[in-house]
Amino acid sequence: MKLLKTYLDRCVQCGACMSACSKAWAKEDSPELSRVRVKTVTGMADIRVCDQCGGCIAVCPSLALSRDKDGVVRIDRKKCTSCLMCVGFCPSASMFFSDRIPSPYKCVACGICVRVCPEGALEIIDTGKEG
Amino acid sequence: MDKLAMKLLAEWSYDRAPLHRGYTRKYLVVDLGDGDGKYSHTIHDIDEDMIDTFTGGRGFGLKILWDAVSPAGRWDSPENALVISGGPICGITQYPGTGKTYTVFLSPLTEQTYNSNAGGYFGPYLKASGFDALAVTGKSPEYVVVSIDGDEGKVRVYAAPTDERNAYAVTEALHQAFAKNEDDLVSVSVVTAGRGAEHSWWGALNVSFYDPRRKVARLKQAGRGGGGTVLRDKGILALVVRKSGFTGSENDPADLATLQKVGTKLHREIRNNDDVQSLMRTTGTTHLNKIMNDYDILPVNNYKYGRSDAIGAITPEEYKKLFTQGYADGCWYGCSMACAKTVDGFELRTGPDRGKKVTVDGPEYETAAGLGPNVGVFDPRWTIESNYYADHYALDTISLGTGLAFVCECYELGLITKEHTGGLELRFGAADQLMELIHRMVDGRDEFALAVGKGIRKMKDIFARRYGADRAVMEKIGMEGQGLEVSQYRCQESVAQWGGYFLTLKGPQHDEAWVIFMDMVNKQLPTFEDKAEALFYFPNFRLWFSLVGVCKLPWNDVEPEDNRIRYKGIEAAKVPEHVQNYLDIYEAVTGKPLSEEDMILQSERVYNYERIFNYRMGKGTRKEHTIPDRALGPVFPDEWNVRKDYFEKKLEEAGIRGDGLSVEEKIARLQEHRRREWEKLVDAVYARRGWDRNGVPTKETVERLGLDSPEVLEVLEPYWKSAGRA
Ligand code: SF4
Ligand code: SF4
Ligand code: SF4
Repeated sequence: MKLLKTYLDRCVQCGACMSACSKAWAKEDSPELSRVRVKTVTGMADIRVCDQCGGCIAVCPSLALSRDKDGVVRIDRKKCTSCLMCVGFCPSASMFFSDRIPSPYKCVACGICVRVCPEGALEIIDTGKEG
Repeated sequence: MDKLAMKLLAEWSYDRAPLHRGYTRKYLVVDLGDGDGKYSHTIHDIDEDMIDTFTGGRGFGLKILWDAVSPAGRWDSPENALVISGGPICGITQYPGTGKTYTVFLSPLTEQTYNSNAGGYFGPYLKASGFDALAVTGKSPEYVVVSIDGDEGKVRVYAAPTDERNAYAVTEALHQAFAKNEDDLVSVSVVTAGRGAEHSWWGALNVSFYDPRRKVARLKQAGRGGGGTVLRDKGILALVVRKSGFTGSENDPADLATLQKVGTKLHREIRNNDDVQSLMRTTGTTHLNKIMNDYDILPVNNYKYGRSDAIGAITPEEYKKLFTQGYADGCWYGCSMACAKTVDGFELRTGPDRGKKVTVDGPEYETAAGLGPNVGVFDPRWTIESNYYADHYALDTISLGTGLAFVCECYELGLITKEHTGGLELRFGAADQLMELIHRMVDGRDEFALAVGKGIRKMKDIFARRYGADRAVMEKIGMEGQGLEVSQYRCQESVAQWGGYFLTLKGPQHDEAWVIFMDMVNKQLPTFEDKAEALFYFPNFRLWFSLVGVCKLPWNDVEPEDNRIRYKGIEAAKVPEHVQNYLDIYEAVTGKPLSEEDMILQSERVYNYERIFNYRMGKGTRKEHTIPDRALGPVFPDEWNVRKDYFEKKLEEAGIRGDGLSVEEKIARLQEHRRREWEKLVDAVYARRGWDRNGVPTKETVERLGLDSPEVLEVLEPYWKSAGRA
């Protein structure tokens, strides 16, 4: 199972990952459309990103969520009815939504952000487990 | 998909009106003729006036029904209309519990208007297909299927394509027949009844949605009041709607961002609080069994007792083991309350489907208590099996449970015997015999089963006339009001709940006001004025759900963690933060701001309109608001004796000296006292509702609510003028 691993101690909160992610997936540079969220909480970095736990798969009424061959949880936008239950039930609050996009969105472990991070705070790993 | 041979009898095209801010502003009437096979349809506009007065959902239903029927109309007149409508919020996906469908019709049981709601996808798909409401009128000479295809813009009438008439079989077959392919099965919703509804007046409407995980069509019931009886009386096998590609912005809401914000907030709240507050996600509403037993409110043996030592067999833990866990069990997209529990792979032990493994929807609390302790059976498997067949045959599980409980008590009292019941020994707890009686209700051939299916009010007539049963005793123990069987809370010890049940528009159904805890347990309604206030506020507040198309459960079956800290007493019971959610989502959908006062006003209009409607149908006055003795207190010494000390104390509190009196005399005194209390309650409630002492809305009330249309004045003016005004 592939996932984006974070190293909070290395993160300098530059926002490069959010910028790259939103440009790649939402075709615009805006942190609220990024699938990784870096926030500053009492001076420390807090990175919210999906760890591919799969918790959202069971709550989706539309069978719109499933794992791909790499174990990454993906949304089938054709099936999604935008109910946002996956958002409410994600244990790490890393399923995101916007009123500009019909379906919620989440990290798909593509690695684009990893390449732009100047500090090596992000890494795509393969857990070797099926998920 | 599996194509049934569908013989087309009529077909019409229409231009699909777009949904804008929750409304299509159109409704469809399909008339099935006068038994002459002449099918026709009309499409009507819904103007701003109709929206302002009736809001939607049940409000639209009542208005459309009023226009369809004359005061002489009865449930089986061709002019009776079965109206189905969602309401403006119905069909959003972001907030839990927003797919409800409201049905309105003249009821065989109560001979006045009835409204009943169900989950399932019919309401949202109907709207997306271009109609805020669908009314079917007339009677077809043969069984037909009426379909609306929202993708193609077609309304069609088909000859019934199958001999199957029971719900699970019809629903499954029609999902298969109307879906274009496997993925399209979710685009179909079916409303049907079952063969029991063709003979019994307890006929339920089954409303479907397709569950892609289990790969079965699921059934939710608008069970109460005999809507299924009306459907089949009209010669309708089923109503079908098909609309593909439903999205989360189908309602074209004014402010999607707010819907998302408020919705995700409640999703999180449910995720965090349900396990500690109400266990909806794991056990559905059956979690109530144990609580009701603890407070002496569980109906046991026709409401004689409020608890039982056998409770251990039907606790939430027992049901939890039977329900499939971990699925998204909402009856509409986005319902994270997920109370729509199922028992999967359940092997049936009796009846025509014996040996088959099925998915059973439910039981919900009402079914678990009615087809359970109320008939003296403490066996979840029996309850699940009877639930399956009740749905399949389309018998309302609540009326069935209460009705069978009445039958059992009549049998135990010797009012009816084996000679009358067709050999069945119908004692409390006689599980097999009761199941057999349910099966005999399917085809109308068994004289006794046929009588039972007509409901308690008619049973009293038939048992007295045909079997010589003692009418006075039956009047005391028959738990019905206005012809409708009481739902499954034992209300004896809550004066406010007497009103919650027996001062309702449509008969003792808990969806108007469930104030039993507030009154009896939490003692928050000490005076008659307090009780009247609760019996004003809650029926109106809860009615609002039926106007906009939402479910009651997410309102107060989960609460913000700090609700009971921030608010006290009756204010806490209102769950103010959730009321605010409703105001927010109403505005977010319709674009119209709404205050809490306006919300109640919207409801009050329709509440009073329905009351006037019933007056127009020859009902709707004080004399219909009756309450049986069993609802007020113990009737027989055995009931008294199980809680002897408690009742002695009640007598004392009422200022009645018990010494030297026999138990029978004590019961009589307590009953007399409670009847006096009841009359006081009626007076207080009528006054608060703006009704006169006869229970009819006053001129001032009608004017204040803007209901003084010519059609309403025509009904009420002669009454107001008459000298007989109470
Ligand atoms: S979005 Fe949330 S629930 Fe879904 S897999 Fe990722 S972390 Fe788990
Ligand atoms: S928003 Fe879409 S993906 Fe998420 S639970 Fe709802 S239907 Fe499934
Ligand atoms: S791995 Fe890809 S999808 Fe996930 S946060 Fe980084 S850029 Fe976005």
